[in-house]
Amino acid sequence: MMSLLTLLLLIPLAGAIAAALLPDRAGRIVATGAAALTFLLSLPLAASRGSGLWHQVRYDWVPSIGVKFALGVDGISYPLVVLTTLLTLLCCAYTVWRSPEDRPSGAKLAALLLIIEVGLLGVFLSLDLVLFFISFEVVLLPMYAVIAGWGGPDRRRAARKFALYTLFGSVLLLIGVLGIGTSAGSFDMDLLSIEPSLPRSTQIGLFVVLAVAFAVKAPLWPLHTWLPAAHTEAPTVGSVILAGVLLKMGTYGLIRVGLGILPEGAKAVAPVLGVLAVVAIIVGSLVCLAQRELKRLIAYSSVGHMGFVLLGIAAGAASGGFASSTGVQAALLGNIAHGVITGLLFFLAGAIKDRTHTGDLHELGGLRETSPALAGILGFAALASLGLPGLAGFWGEAFAVVAAVQLGGGWLWLAVVAAVGGALTAAYLLRLLRRVTHGPAAPAVTGIPAVTMAEGLAWAPLVLLALAIGLVPALVNGYVLESMPKVIELVAR
Amino acid sequence: MIDHIGLLPLYLAAGTAVLVLVADLLAGRVAVTLGVGVLGAAATAVGSGIVGAGHSRRSFCVDSGCSWELDDRTTLLAIAIATITALVLLLSAPTLLRGDLPTGEYAFLLAASMTGGVALGGARDLITLIVALETLTLPLYVLVGLRRKSPESAQAAVTFLLTSVAATAVTLLGAALMYAATGQVHFRSLATALDVHGPGRPLAGAGLVLLLVGLAFKVAAVPAHAWAPTTYDGGPLPIAAYLSTASKLGGLVAIVYATVLVGPAWTRVTGPVLGIIAAATLLVGTLVALRQQRMVRLLAWSSVAQAGFMLAPLAAVHVASVAPLVTATLAYALIYVTVELGAFAGVISLRPAGADGGTLDEYAGLGRTAPVRSAAYAFAVVGLAGLPPALAGLFAKVFVIQALVDAKAWFVVAAAALAAVVGLAVYLRAVLPLYRDSSTPAPRTAVSIAVVLTLVTLAAVAAGFAPQLILDLTTF
Repeated sequence: MMSLLTLLLLIPLAGAIAAALLPDRAGRIVATGAAALTFLLSLPLAASRGSGLWHQVRYDWVPSIGVKFALGVDGISYPLVVLTTLLTLLCCAYTVWRSPEDRPSGAKLAALLLIIEVGLLGVFLSLDLVLFFISFEVVLLPMYAVIAGWGGPDRRRAARKFALYTLFGSVLLLIGVLGIGTSAGSFDMDLLSIEPSLPRSTQIGLFVVLAVAFAVKAPLWPLHTWLPAAHTEAPTVGSVILAGVLLKMGTYGLIRVGLGILPEGAKAVAPVLGVLAVVAIIVGSLVCLAQRELKRLIAYSSVGHMGFVLLGIAAGAASGGFASSTGVQAALLGNIAHGVITGLLFFLAGAIKDRTHTGDLHELGGLRETSPALAGILGFAALASLGLPGLAGFWGEAFAVVAAVQLGGGWLWLAVVAAVGGALTAAYLLRLLRRVTHGPAAPAVTGIPAVTMAEGLAWAPLVLLALAIGLVPALVNGYVLESMPKVIELVAR
Repeated sequence: MIDHIGLLPLYLAAGTAVLVLVADLLAGRVAVTLGVGVLGAAATAVGSGIVGAGHSRRSFCVDSGCSWELDDRTTLLAIAIATITALVLLLSAPTLLRGDLPTGEYAFLLAASMTGGVALGGARDLITLIVALETLTLPLYVLVGLRRKSPESAQAAVTFLLTSVAATAVTLLGAALMYAATGQVHFRSLATALDVHGPGRPLAGAGLVLLLVGLAFKVAAVPAHAWAPTTYDGGPLPIAAYLSTASKLGGLVAIVYATVLVGPAWTRVTGPVLGIIAAATLLVGTLVALRQQRMVRLLAWSSVAQAGFMLAPLAAVHVASVAPLVTATLAYALIYVTVELGAFAGVISLRPAGADGGTLDEYAGLGRTAPVRSAAYAFAVVGLAGLPPALAGLFAKVFVIQALVDAKAWFVVAAAALAAVVGLAVYLRAVLPLYRDSSTPAPRTAVSIAVVLTLVTLAAVAAGFAPQLILDLTTF
């Protein structure tokens, strides 16, 4: 089991190198094979779960500054690990089916996706703060290359904006991480979160630095402006990975490093975080209501949805009682649900744009007349995204609001505004459906090809997961609950 | 008493210079002369390693201290300078084989400069330090101006000479003031004697600061940075590589000696001075690099910013213990030298033999026509930016920022953070043209350049996976 964690990083890395060296088609197939193997290997991690870390592995890396190569998995990281391996597999498979035209070869794209997977898994598995930071950085350039190499017409600017924003965040992350390391004398995330020993003022200072760093990634209003640009220009697989798991690095970091290691600081700053989260929900929804471009709309909806996740985190951090840990649990659920649903939505948006060559809502319409299957799945994804009870999106958002209500006082107002934001979410998603699927068939959507088998296979797991998590949230929460007591206790202190 | 074994690195380096001239005279063939030069430099590196592995050795000792000492620092610098010299000679092979430049003089001057660098590491008094530093720099004026038919080359040499003379004058004035205040030149006695009281005190402090400012020229730190872009771009490409690595490393070690060995009593002054120099260097270098259209000028400005990163840890000498700061500085410098050599080797490999660095547009599409070389070059430039997959560069930044955070030197941290973010935009500009849709025909690469590019890339990869090695080398 020890080597399993290391293999999870080594296999995609080896796959990426092989895919980059092999000729186009063979490279894509090898990459998909590596992604499939990684996915299969990520499943048995859950075999021996318990409280605390299920598995861990540690080697000395840079002993003179105390940096270890330490990996571990627990209930908080496990769902994100599986989500990462699943989405990467789907995206690699998608490149096999649909090779990018007149662009650098699809094998290179698949190789970059695998490198991104290495970074993402490194972030979710890391037990060492410096390794965590390095993994954070690993994602930056490959994602830049995916946007700049395979993106839409304005891809260069979008990619540069993505890279500079993200690097700004990660430089702050480096400062925060080293700040923790030098003042606590260790980079061991597990050790530090069992006994958060830093004085309150230090915690607040470091938490503010780290919160800004993670807020860029999450993204939290007002640091979100890179996201719509990146999403609009990114190729389909890039958008899926970006929305599906890349944003989760920010929220995961807030929970793991922010709440875990700096509970006092998190508690003190939580109200600010909560207000910003609610502003993000409202701003995201309002922008979506006026948005005409399909991918941009989904991108801004991510800002809103991640606002709910951050509200959950803020409420979790603030709640003194926290016995039920509603906030953080809601955040973790919302994380996974958003990854699944938005991943699906971007696959669908990509499929629609590929067929109609436009993302303008005013030029689309009547999709259900010409492609009922596509329209049906889009309807399902939109309903899941707006938080229909019984589908995945419901639990995270509902309980983020519940967590805020439980806190009372000013949080009650935040909860009310967030709930209004939830209603706006429903409004813009229904508007999206009305524009795209209903009405007479627009010229752009007439005569488009039907949904192919390959597409169906790529979407099916996400559709099923959205349904399954909606019906049995314990799928995600069960894992979370087992490792929750530690975090709960800490924040409750 | 003179310990000749301790002086072996110097003998080897000076011997290389002489041998190169003799070989050029007797054989008169480019390959032979270059081969002798490369072997001599390699022998200097190996010899320094063997002698330096033993206990430390002193020479030219009087009551107030020794003028030469062979310890771990000396050995490290000698090996680094000799290795860089060997690699730069290899990088020069195609240009020299074309007959553009006189091989004998070229190799001799480089070996002479290497001798200065080796001497610098062991210098333990101000006079030896300055003489060694000038021996390191002096041959470079000629080397920069060696492209006889190019007016840029002459302009570069003149710019370099004039700035350098001014900087040397400042350095000498600083040394003279310190001598006037204390009557000492040896580091060991200056360390205590500089802490004078009474009328000599301002003289001693001013002397030390002037010395540092003069030395800042060698690392191309603000305010003595403006020579670098013109000089790098005008000289032959391998010489630009040497200037930005060996020469910079020598200057940095001199600054470390001046701060740590000469002026431990004055860290309350030198710390803030170096902090201001470092912050200004970081910001000016990065921001101006953003506007460059020529490849070598962009790399030159970026190397100005890199000097800021190297100096940054020293800004905290007055608040934190010195050893970890020096380790951070030298570890950064070693990694920087590796990736900078990689970047220049990449540029040379992507340009026709004897050409200058050219504009950024001239690299358009080389990523498609020369994928392997472009990848190695891009890897090195990403290392300069300090990002994965070039983990070495990332660790270099981690070492520096860690030292600064540990010392709570927040304003330098802020400058470094800003420079790191804007730096990404700079380095993207240097890499992106290669991957644009275009197809510049790739020039043929000489074997020697391919060898250097491979070695340097492997070294950078190894340093990325085992950064502890770098820290072990730079912890004394």
